[in-house]
Amino acid sequence: MVYGRCYADYYKICYFYPNFKKMQFPENLKYTKDHEWILLEGNTATVGVTDFAQRELGDIVFVDISSVGKSFGANDVFGTVEAVKTVSDLYLPVAGTINEVNPGLDGTPESVNQDPYGAGWMIKMTVDNTADVDALLDAAAYKALVGE
Amino acid sequence: MKNTPFTQKHIELGAKMAEFAGYNMPISYSSINEEHQTVRNNAGVFDVSHMGEFILKGPDALDLIQRVTSNDASKLTDGKAQYSCLPNNEGGIVDDLLVYCVETNKVYMLVVNASNIEKDWNWISKHNTKGVEMHNISDKTGLLAVQGPKAVQYMQTLTDMDITNLKYYTFTKGVFAGVENVLVSATGYTGAGGVEIYFEDKDGAAEIIWNKIFEAGAAGGIKPIGLAARDTLRLEMGFCLYGNDIDDTTSPLEAGLGWITKFTKDFTARPILEAQKAEGLKRKLVGIEMIDKGIPRHHYKVQDANGNEIGYVTSGTQAPSLSKAIGMAYVTKENAAEGTEVFIAVRDKALKAKVVKIPFA
Repeated sequence: MVYGRCYADYYKICYFYPNFKKMQFPENLKYTKDHEWILLEGNTATVGVTDFAQRELGDIVFVDISSVGKSFGANDVFGTVEAVKTVSDLYLPVAGTINEVNPGLDGTPESVNQDPYGAGWMIKMTVDNTADVDALLDAAAYKALVGE
Repeated sequence: MKNTPFTQKHIELGAKMAEFAGYNMPISYSSINEEHQTVRNNAGVFDVSHMGEFILKGPDALDLIQRVTSNDASKLTDGKAQYSCLPNNEGGIVDDLLVYCVETNKVYMLVVNASNIEKDWNWISKHNTKGVEMHNISDKTGLLAVQGPKAVQYMQTLTDMDITNLKYYTFTKGVFAGVENVLVSATGYTGAGGVEIYFEDKDGAAEIIWNKIFEAGAAGGIKPIGLAARDTLRLEMGFCLYGNDIDDTTSPLEAGLGWITKFTKDFTARPILEAQKAEGLKRKLVGIEMIDKGIPRHHYKVQDANGNEIGYVTSGTQAPSLSKAIGMAYVTKENAAEGTEVFIAVRDKALKAKVVKIPFA
């Protein structure tokens, strides 16, 4: 990962803050207004939260998803993510059935902060209608939404 | 939204900002966990300039303080401070505060929560029947809390005042970082040790003090810390936060603040609180630790094994130093004993937890 540096020349201290890492918006993903991303492959998809979302949440402590095998409509809550100071619902980007929860999140929930589009993925799902995914925001539109 | 003398600094440093008690405050700079550990292991700087400060002067100042606060301020001598609270007429709490004795029987400083400045001012003014001179110096007073095991060591390099040997809850006044009339107090709300530094925000004093503090601690790794870590730090110690754990409806006795409620003197609602003590408390503020995986949060319900509601959570967090989820909750006295198994209603589940001793650390 690429970390930026903020040089606070007021008092000649260099802070090394992950917040200064440039926010990422991979082009191959689709996004929702609720800050989830989805990667469609055939009729299955991988879903997670965006780089913006993980920054807003702060240190993630665990991800609570007990909905494997269940079917949901678009924008339904399929789980929650607990950070040190906040708890936030997870919304399914499109209608479908949840097949798998990322087993790695149990031991290393911080991977959502460190690698939200990779090791920090949350679920794999079967999508009811793949056209629903096309209708979501692309990287440029999502980037504009979060003011980057 | 109001600014503190340091709001612009926080923004320049890239802090996540949010409104707190009407002020634009830094919530976090890097990560709450990192900031928390910096304070526990080294030293961190909190801008708490939003806090309110009142000066009470005159021969009847102590009498007024004695009547409105629950602790015994007559025990204070020059250079000593105490934690106290302002009970309301119903035995609830108007605010919790610090009382500083600047000059025995003559000059006192009260330090109150930012969100309650106006409420406290009106409350104390209403009881000021003997013409005590009152000054609200909140807007012109800057306050930085430098907290952590290394804090005093770094700060001592900025002053000739002996702050190394300053005892807990005492203070001294003098030249600090070249600025005159600075009050340095061995207090703080983190349980990590350190000092709080009060000064008048004039002639660039805020800028000078901030810069000197960071120069003094630069080599050691001092960092600015946001309000989020302030909350996890105080919660690990079991310190009450006004608006969460205590408020207008909670009694200081229920909140475990019996130690600052002194029936050796007269004060607002003393008869109510005395009766409460005699009859026994119906509920108590206790520490809880999660057994099941989950985090207790403000307002979550507490239940017994049969699903009966027995209380509610007032504060909760994943504790960065302890690597477990902790909280505080009011529960009925029958369920308040250490080790009692309770359940926290987290969304659609009842998660197992137990009553534990405070502080958690």
